[in-house]
Amino acid sequence: MKTTLAWLRTHLDTTATLDELVAALVMLGLEVDGIEDRSKALKPFTAAKVISAVQHPNADKLRVCIVETGLGQVQVVCGAPNARAGMVGVFAPVGSVIPRNGMELREGTIRGEASRGMLCSAYEMGISEDHEGIIELPLDTPVGASFAQVAGLDDPVLDIKITPNRGDCLGVRGIARDLAAAGFGKLRPIDETPVPGTFASPIHIHLAGPDAKACPLFVGRTIRNVKNGPSPRWLQERLLAIGLRPISALVDITNFMTFDVNRPFHAFDAGKVAGDIVVRGARPNETVEALNGKTYTLDPEMTVVADDKGVQSLGGVIGSASSGCDETTTTVFLEAALFDPIRTAATGRKLNVQSDARYRFERGLDPEFVTTGMEIATRLVLELCGGEASEVTASGAVPDWKRTYRFRPERTQTLGGVEVSADDSRVILESLGCGVSWGEQSGFAVLPASWRGDIIGEADLVEEVLRIRGYGQIPAIPMERETALPKIALSPAQRRVGFVRRALAARGLDEAVTYSFMPQAQAELFGGGAADLRVDNPISADLDAMRPSILPNLIVAAQRNADRGFADLGLFEVGPQYANDTPEGQALMATGLRAGRTGPKRWDDPGRATDVYMAKADAMAALAAAGAPIENLQASADPPAWYHPGRAGSLRLGPKVMAYFGEIHPAILTKLDAKGPMAGFEIFLDEVPLPRTKAGRARPLLKLSAFQPVERDFAFVVDRDLAAAKLLNAARQADKKLVTGVRLFDVYQGTGLPEGKKSLAINVTLQPEAATLTEVEIEGFSKRLVAAVEKATGGTLRA
Amino acid sequence: MDSQEKLRDEVLKSVAQAQSLDTLEQIRVGALGKKGSITGLMKELGALAQEARREAGAALNRLKDEIEGAIHSASSELKDKELTRRLAEERVDITLPVEVETQGRIHPISQTIDELTAIFGEMGFTVAEGPHIEDDFYNFTALNIPPEHPARQEQDTFYLPQRQDGSRRVLRTHTSPVQIRTMLSQRPPIRIIVPGRTFRSDHDATHSPMFHQVEGLVIDKASHMGHLKGCLIEFCRAFFDIDDLPVRFRPSYFPFTEPSAEVDIGCSREGGGLKIGAGGDWLEILGSGMVHPKVLENCNIDPNEYQGFAFGMGIERIAMLKYGIPDLRTFYETDLRWLRHYGFVPLDVPSMVGGLSR
Repeated sequence: MKTTLAWLRTHLDTTATLDELVAALVMLGLEVDGIEDRSKALKPFTAAKVISAVQHPNADKLRVCIVETGLGQVQVVCGAPNARAGMVGVFAPVGSVIPRNGMELREGTIRGEASRGMLCSAYEMGISEDHEGIIELPLDTPVGASFAQVAGLDDPVLDIKITPNRGDCLGVRGIARDLAAAGFGKLRPIDETPVPGTFASPIHIHLAGPDAKACPLFVGRTIRNVKNGPSPRWLQERLLAIGLRPISALVDITNFMTFDVNRPFHAFDAGKVAGDIVVRGARPNETVEALNGKTYTLDPEMTVVADDKGVQSLGGVIGSASSGCDETTTTVFLEAALFDPIRTAATGRKLNVQSDARYRFERGLDPEFVTTGMEIATRLVLELCGGEASEVTASGAVPDWKRTYRFRPERTQTLGGVEVSADDSRVILESLGCGVSWGEQSGFAVLPASWRGDIIGEADLVEEVLRIRGYGQIPAIPMERETALPKIALSPAQRRVGFVRRALAARGLDEAVTYSFMPQAQAELFGGGAADLRVDNPISADLDAMRPSILPNLIVAAQRNADRGFADLGLFEVGPQYANDTPEGQALMATGLRAGRTGPKRWDDPGRATDVYMAKADAMAALAAAGAPIENLQASADPPAWYHPGRAGSLRLGPKVMAYFGEIHPAILTKLDAKGPMAGFEIFLDEVPLPRTKAGRARPLLKLSAFQPVERDFAFVVDRDLAAAKLLNAARQADKKLVTGVRLFDVYQGTGLPEGKKSLAINVTLQPEAATLTEVEIEGFSKRLVAAVEKATGGTLRA
Repeated sequence: MDSQEKLRDEVLKSVAQAQSLDTLEQIRVGALGKKGSITGLMKELGALAQEARREAGAALNRLKDEIEGAIHSASSELKDKELTRRLAEERVDITLPVEVETQGRIHPISQTIDELTAIFGEMGFTVAEGPHIEDDFYNFTALNIPPEHPARQEQDTFYLPQRQDGSRRVLRTHTSPVQIRTMLSQRPPIRIIVPGRTFRSDHDATHSPMFHQVEGLVIDKASHMGHLKGCLIEFCRAFFDIDDLPVRFRPSYFPFTEPSAEVDIGCSREGGGLKIGAGGDWLEILGSGMVHPKVLENCNIDPNEYQGFAFGMGIERIAMLKYGIPDLRTFYETDLRWLRHYGFVPLDVPSMVGGLSR
């Protein structure tokens, strides 16, 4: 919502400065988004007197003028027909920038005549569409005076952000009313006295639905014998200042009413209206050619204003081209109505029409100001266009808007946090137009002003009092905690997410945050792409599916980094993936990816290419950080389809999958335009069991053996496709009490072994508890271990 | 006696000349071993008379001690020499480069959430979370945003396909639905913050279709606007680590709060750069207000008994302001150079006791 300072002052009698008013507006909740000083761009331009204007020797339409600028006489070549000796025009010196086109004016020679400046049109100054001739200033304008000042363009324009609840401030008067309530001057009276009609309006209004709410009140008036020329300068300037184009007096008046007092009007050319006016629901597929030149197809949910020929306007949204006013209009029919906010919004949305009227009807208009507005508008038409007014014709009635709310003055303290006396609250509420009386239940009964449909309860009234008193008056009180020490802010499940995140970063992976959506094609590659997870209105076709996995985002990101020269990297993200559209379908994942090599070649470490085992190590480290009992995890070679079928797997705790890990399927990488190898992991954090806290925090008692542990190495020859886990498990089970560690330290296949066999070498740690192990005991154990392993694996001890 | 004197001179001389530990050992065996010269003399003592034996024995023992001492010190000397030689040989180039930085970085969004948790946790808040794919009820209706409300048009909502029952799920446009879920599932007093992903159909230099918000909610019998101010002023000053940071509350409008306030912090824009702190200018950072009675009613909480406040802010926004990150879009681009520049080392865990940021 824009206004100029001078415009605001036509409603507000105040001595406050611009800065004071702006500060006041901000603290009233009417945020000033910008203050535009148009005089800045107009600074170089000054009033200048044309001393002489003679025909250009080489051009029919040009004149050579000598201009007195106040700083000396200058010759300019001018093409305007009204350039003549004696007139006072607007002079643009060499070096000035023309506001309309942003061009810097240069000294030049036009058909052999020197031109050192320019006499400007209103078009070139950017203040009007009129480029018929140059601006003519009053003859008594002092030469050298600032054009901005002379033209009244030094009036700053305020751009004020109006929150959706404050429809009443979508007119300059509403803003002035708030400022007056806050003590920044007095609201000036406005002449609302009825203009007597001299004849009955020949056009009548019939309200015919679609229902009673669609248009509860329609007020009309015919004004005949008007002359619809351009509107006067003051009106044009106001409209231009807020970015509207002046069209004709009648149209300008309706626009002015909209922005000045927040009362939208529609002006029909009565000569083009056939018969009476009916407000009704549109007929199916009825069309209207609107004032913006577009044709809209309507439906019965939309409220239209129609005559015998058809739709003449879309109620509260936009008028039609066929009955609009132009310079030939001699009889005008003015419409001021109330249209249903919800229906107006729906119509505008469906047809995608934004208009100043729609914006206001959507937010609700003052129901008591329809007829009053009509009188103000009539007076303006008569003043600017002449003519005579009919009696007002009205259909419907002012809807019942009156309601009262209890207001307990102590609520300013108990809800608002600031003590305001009952008397002060009453004064504030009355200054805002509320009716206040002492109610029955220890509090005021407050009737909000007719223009404040947004006030719908005591909390709103508290806000009004606080707003006028000033939020700055509320003392800040520190939050008191219920307990001396803070409660634990994070649940165990939330806390461990941080552990996982920081553990992965500590392992050298960088944390990423990527979009929850991805291209449908990618989602499909990773088990997703279901219809219920497709965004109906995606921001782009690339972001239309809720992600079933974080991996594709990381793979694509890794490739982007590789393209920039960073091929060796590790990334992870802790975030959601979506299996369906229910809350349960959202899983918290810790997903990571390594690409390229462990690092660049170094003198002390040749590094190695990313592989399944790195992904497995990352996954297990993250699971350990999450508190999973990693010694109980079982790896199974059953990865989802996006992994390499022979170099990936799942980590399970019992039957439950805790994680997937492995090298990414080369075909998937190709489809994502990524170069491998890449290896990743996906951890289902929600599935990791939480520690049992019932038993308390005490650890089990530490039992330390006094006897030396013993280590022994064994190597077994087994089938090449034997899972090492089977052998390790058998070794562990050989004597659960005695064996405290089994470590695989060598895997060998090749020369010296039979075809199809491999050798697995393990180191076993034995920890006796009662006495040092004797050679005989160790020998006995070794035999048991070898037997157990051979039985479990079908292998043999390597000779 | 002469022979003893001679033997002494011989042995000591060869000890002094010995060049290796092996030679020394041979000398020791030759003199003091079972068949050694000194041992031999010891054996001869038995033949002497008692008085002479004592005297000769004492002399022999002195000689033995002297030789042992000489061998020991010669051996130490040789060992020292050997060590010095070995150390000289073991010298390496200690200027060879080593790998120090093997750590990854924590994303600024995660770090900022941890900071928020540390501050609000200190004020008695706990962390709540909720689903990203929401029902219309939680995202809008329960928050006093009916279908025709203008505020709904201003929030560009992502929709999922219509379901069989005609309903349409949305990607939550704010973290506020978690307020509703919390109030419906637990009795007051309530004090929660809700950090998380939010989605709006907007994409340009200052908007991302996905971003993060943190929501705060306090419900009890007495918290009012004064507490709201106290809570948020403390937060702003702690988060930006500026003790005298000016904080301003302005009336505003949100469908789910009444009264509502927008919160500005002080800043300076002198010289083109933005600097947070006392500087005569203001920067909007968050929205807040007293929870609307209708929202309480929608959650089966009696507004005549309970009240409280709520607030919400953009996590990327406050991170950008605090850490001087110029472009919102870069948060989600996963550019390694960016992550390593703006990210945080994993050991840098924010806490109010140990410090929020360094």
